[in-house]
Amino acid sequence: MTDGTPDAATGVLRPHAEQEYAGELARLAELDERPRPPGWRLSPWAVTTYLLGGELPDGTAVTPKYVGPRRLIEVAVATLATDRALLLLGVPGTAKTWVSEHLAAAVSGDSTLLVQGTAGTPEEAIRYGWDYARLLAEGPSEKALVPGPLMRAMRRGAVARVEELTRIPSDVQDALITILSEKTLPVPELDTEVQARRGFTVIATANDRDRGVNELSSALRRRFNTVVLPVPASLEDEVDIVSRRVARLGRALELPAPSAGLEEIRRVVTVLRELRSGRTEDGRTRLKTPSGTLSTAEAISVVTGGLALAAHFGDGVLRPADLAAGLQGTVVQDPVSDRVVWQEYLETVVRDRPGWRDFYRACRETLP
Amino acid sequence: MTVEVFGIRHHGPGSARALRRALEAYRPDLVLIEGPPEADPLLHLAADPAMTPPVALLAYTLTAPQRAAFWPFASFTPEWTALRYAHAHRLPARFIDLPAACTLAAPPEAPGEQHEPETAKGASTKEPGGSDAGPSERARRASLGATDETTQTDGGAGNAAERSTPAERAAGGRQPGEEAGRPDEGLWERARRDPLGVLAEAAGHADAERWWDDVVELRGQEDVFGVVAEAMEVLREETERAGSEREEQREAWMRQAVRRAVREGFERIAVVCGAWHVPALRAKVPASRDAATLKGLPKTKVAMTWVPWTHGRLARESGYGAGVRSPGWYRHLFEAADRPVERWLTESARLLREEGLPVSSAHVIEAVRLAEALAALRGRPLAGLDELTEATRAVLCEGADLPLELIRRRMVVGEALGSVPDSTPMVPLQRDLLAQQKRLRLKPSAEPRQDAFDLRRPVDLERSRLLHRLRVLDVAWGSPAADASNRSQGTFKEVWVLAWHPEFDVRLIEAGVWGTTVHDAAAARIQAEAADARGLPELTVLAERALLAGLDEALPAVMSTLADRATADGDTVRLMEALPPLVRALRYGDVRGTPTGPLRTVVDGLVVRICLGLPRAAASLDDDAARTLLERVATVHETLALLDEPPHTARWLDALAALTDSPASHGLLEGRLTRLLHDAGRLPDLPARMSRAVSPGTPPARTAAWLEGLLADGALLLIHDAALLALLDSWLAALPAETFTAVLPLLRRTFATHTPPERRTLAARLHHLAAPAPPPPEDLDPARAAPAVATVLSFLPLRPGSPPPGPLTPREPPAEETP
Repeated sequence: MTDGTPDAATGVLRPHAEQEYAGELARLAELDERPRPPGWRLSPWAVTTYLLGGELPDGTAVTPKYVGPRRLIEVAVATLATDRALLLLGVPGTAKTWVSEHLAAAVSGDSTLLVQGTAGTPEEAIRYGWDYARLLAEGPSEKALVPGPLMRAMRRGAVARVEELTRIPSDVQDALITILSEKTLPVPELDTEVQARRGFTVIATANDRDRGVNELSSALRRRFNTVVLPVPASLEDEVDIVSRRVARLGRALELPAPSAGLEEIRRVVTVLRELRSGRTEDGRTRLKTPSGTLSTAEAISVVTGGLALAAHFGDGVLRPADLAAGLQGTVVQDPVSDRVVWQEYLETVVRDRPGWRDFYRACRETLP
Repeated sequence: MTVEVFGIRHHGPGSARALRRALEAYRPDLVLIEGPPEADPLLHLAADPAMTPPVALLAYTLTAPQRAAFWPFASFTPEWTALRYAHAHRLPARFIDLPAACTLAAPPEAPGEQHEPETAKGASTKEPGGSDAGPSERARRASLGATDETTQTDGGAGNAAERSTPAERAAGGRQPGEEAGRPDEGLWERARRDPLGVLAEAAGHADAERWWDDVVELRGQEDVFGVVAEAMEVLREETERAGSEREEQREAWMRQAVRRAVREGFERIAVVCGAWHVPALRAKVPASRDAATLKGLPKTKVAMTWVPWTHGRLARESGYGAGVRSPGWYRHLFEAADRPVERWLTESARLLREEGLPVSSAHVIEAVRLAEALAALRGRPLAGLDELTEATRAVLCEGADLPLELIRRRMVVGEALGSVPDSTPMVPLQRDLLAQQKRLRLKPSAEPRQDAFDLRRPVDLERSRLLHRLRVLDVAWGSPAADASNRSQGTFKEVWVLAWHPEFDVRLIEAGVWGTTVHDAAAARIQAEAADARGLPELTVLAERALLAGLDEALPAVMSTLADRATADGDTVRLMEALPPLVRALRYGDVRGTPTGPLRTVVDGLVVRICLGLPRAAASLDDDAARTLLERVATVHETLALLDEPPHTARWLDALAALTDSPASHGLLEGRLTRLLHDAGRLPDLPARMSRAVSPGTPPARTAAWLEGLLADGALLLIHDAALLALLDSWLAALPAETFTAVLPLLRRTFATHTPPERRTLAARLHHLAAPAPPPPEDLDPARAAPAVATVLSFLPLRPGSPPPGPLTPREPPAEETP
């Protein structure tokens, strides 16, 4: 599935973290002299540096992967170092998956041992499945067993990831309990078990404020250390995150690189922040909030979409007109109520804001 | 002969432990401690078993008690350890800082005042640390105290600060600035203000307190005093370009004190002082220079005593610059025998369990592991409070912040109120209060708690009076709880929220000018305030307070002033405002058994004046004025109903009736009064009046205002009186189109105040009105209905004068149907 070589990564749409940042990881591993927990590619300090960024002794600059409170990442890394499972909680778009992918990449050099949680995730996805042709032909045997990502992680002593844990039905969730507490996965059909090697642990992400989630049972909950990822605290932080990610994405998508004007990014972030928090940045005006979650991830996709528009159809410079349609599409999820919210926002806030005249006009034009 | 100087971190538990060990090893024959020497005669009290920290030494000037300073001591304060050590080994102990007489003697209006705050500030800020770094906590004691803390606590209590001098405010206001740090100032300037912060920064820590935890508190085994002294020496050499005058004075005084002790022949002298002062005390300075520095210091007369203190006051959150962010954690570090991390997390788990959160021992185990892993990741020798907090959040609280806040409040700060022995010197007022607290079994505590008093029980009545009297003296130990149950249970029950704050002791000392007992002082204060009071409402409030506090002898004075002012006051509206509290007071008086004779006289006079003045007050009003007056009229109306004095009520209703009939009154007012009179059964001709009001001769706007007044509190009248509804309906239907548009908003305003069920019923009635009325139930048999009617009538108390129950007609809803 994963061909870890950088060459294989060049053609893919979105390389894995360990592919994209292979250079940084290699340098870190080379210069890392601190003790590494069993099964870890890097020491906890190096993992922290990889996520938060910094400069290595030889001058290599490590780009920050997560912009936010340092203590959160420290708690997360310390949790993994004590072979505890880590639960990343937060509203959509707060970089839960992003953090979990990079943690897995830094700790085990492999972020692909992934169970994607959905309402239909079966127990086999968490434990193991069978190659039924072989099962019928030869009866239960080691060869007929198809190990799931968790089982593979246990055998290798690597970090497994469970995305959207709360979307998984409760009875399936409970299959994790034994794995997390006993660190073994029994296979009663073969009368054997898989015992996890050192270094095995689980990073789960979950969304606690959404519809259609299955609460975690307290038995499962207490097997996790919980870290709540917040939305970016300040406008500057968020602009920073968006421009950094947009630059990377633009490179990955090989857009004819128009420069994403910081001014426009700031504008998009401001709009989404204001609508999300229900009041303007100066705190003077109350606003209605739309139904969708307007997270940093949305801001990134709006700006990237705008960049593509500007590159292919515009004059190569990111202009308000390139952003207006994407922004409107993000804000107006519910065609009736969100439309009112968006229009009201345009008329009461955007119109009179100094320097936002072009932007206002562009948004008005896209309104059907 | 040897002199050993121990530089400690104020309120540092690690310092305290190290100091105890060091003292035991050194075996001094005299202990000198940084602190105001005026407290020396009080030091023996520290050994009293009834003395429980946190306590504070309080110094106040005799001329103006609000100029005060505190020296707090918690169980983990090194100075406290030194004191206890001295007492345990029967050694003499002395305080050697600059006397409070000098530090509190900032000249009130001298021209040098603008300079003085600077030096006072300098003394407080030159010490290491500022508000968040340990060794400086003593700093602010020199110049601030009650003053800066009261500025930042509840607004009503801030009077001490208001009266304090700019010197103190300047010094107090400095603290927040220190934490914020100023970007534009040079490194040396910052080093002078916060040397520990600079040292910590140099060591790669953002938070000076954490750094200190690292190098001192968590490495309790090492002998740190030499190292600290060295660090301070270097730092002082680097920063001391322009020493502050006040600091030089303090250090000169300390050196002189040490010299005196040497002269007296002590052999082994231990000096315990803030780390910052160590180099200065070790320095060889000629005695003559110190004597010159100390020459001609201004002095004032001060008194000192011990007062109970709280952990909340030690914590930074309270705004007091003492600057220990986590007194509960420090106490834990100091008192826990071993394994502080495990003990702390176990205690946290128990606390959460008490609150009903499912926290198991497995949680605690994982929390300990996480805390230790975090500490290792951060390169700290042992897990500190930061790591414990993170571990608690991630494991014990499962990511939630709310339970964490509980732990912060109950454990990290750990609210505790100290106590002082009875033999502590106190002002008479404090003694009186103490005696009353004992007698009424009302113990002060720092944690707010609710208490309900049944005023019919003598002891509860006395408690209530005591609290009310203290409130008169600005000692808000209790405040009435604002909950609904309070009201519904009648006037004999009072619910109070009790919380004792240390600054109350200062207020009591201040209040000493009014008298020697709580009762006398409160009475004197009320009388004095009554004499100064400007307006009637102020006086009535005073009267109410006097009654609540049971200050009978103050009442006549207040009442006579009140009567005088009421006579002179020509403004009826103000008189109307004054009436309700007085009537309330009258009723309290009944419950509390206070004589209310003089109060009744005043109330009687007020009612008469109001009734007489009402027509004049109601003449030619605009909309806003009418609305204001209406509110007052409604309050007076309710108040008089409460008073239940037939002559007054009759007089009032007469006045209202006269007003209703005068053609000049405002529509809103007239409508409202019509309704009040109708409800009081004084108006036989409501349909006629309504018909007049809605007839075409009246301008539609006035009609709408009239209706608003009439229907202000509910549409029941219209629902139950079909005739009125019909009148209204036909008026509305006959309005020309343009007038209708003009009147619509007014009508809408009226009907919008009614509840949805009322509006629904009204609509249903109107629907019936439009449709042909349902045929009257012809088959009604009066003879068969008679027993039912008689039964219902026996439930309903009928007023004399109401029409006798006639035969049931379809127009009158049958009694059975009325809700």
